[in-house]
Amino acid sequence: MIRVQKEDFDLATELSALSAGNHNIGGITSFVGLVRDMAEGQHVGAMTLEHYPGMTEKMLEQIEAEANQRWPLEASLIIHRYGRMEPGEQIVLVACASPHREAAFEACHFLIDWLKTKAPFWKLEEKDSGAEWVDARESDEDAAAKWD
Amino acid sequence: MKILYFAWMRGKTGIGEEDVSPPETVTDVAGLVAWLKTRGPGFEDAFSDMKVVRAAVNQEFVELDATVGPNDEVAFFPPVTGG
Repeated sequence: MIRVQKEDFDLATELSALSAGNHNIGGITSFVGLVRDMAEGQHVGAMTLEHYPGMTEKMLEQIEAEANQRWPLEASLIIHRYGRMEPGEQIVLVACASPHREAAFEACHFLIDWLKTKAPFWKLEEKDSGAEWVDARESDEDAAAKWD
Repeated sequence: MKILYFAWMRGKTGIGEEDVSPPETVTDVAGLVAWLKTRGPGFEDAFSDMKVVRAAVNQEFVELDATVGPNDEVAFFPPVTGG
């Protein structure tokens, strides 16, 4: 399942819902991305995430489908927030449930790596010097490419 | 043809969304970019370095040689930075 939303999410609630009623699930892995208060040595007061409504959902669904094709998952979840967030707030949740841990760990890692380079989101950071669009990082491209 | 701009592309062009009718000679994304650039300094600036511009047609990532037509939705944006 995928969700694109402005509101925050509760990790425990989401993980419980993901495995509810399915006793073939032996493990759940999750990754939660948070807003940091520093970027390239500069203080970040807040961040605004913009996205491309329509394409975002489409890309997240494609990425999730790819993970389900590659690994034997019983359930998966991607929640990505948009709008303004302050340091410490949750931005994204990726969770994978599988009978065994290897698939859950790998699929979760894959989802966040692919999402970072394929889902149309952009971060605008509020720094002391003004608002700045975050540049894409080559290391993120490399991380995504290792799953090709 | 519907055109969308995101992140700093929106800032530089000064618009988020517009409907345009490019000449019939515009048949692919590269041609569209060349035509859009003639529409003012903001557009010229936004498309000045195509290494940092990504395109999508009907909400799918495409390369510059992808074809475009009057009923397409074309979006331009910088490399994505979510997650």
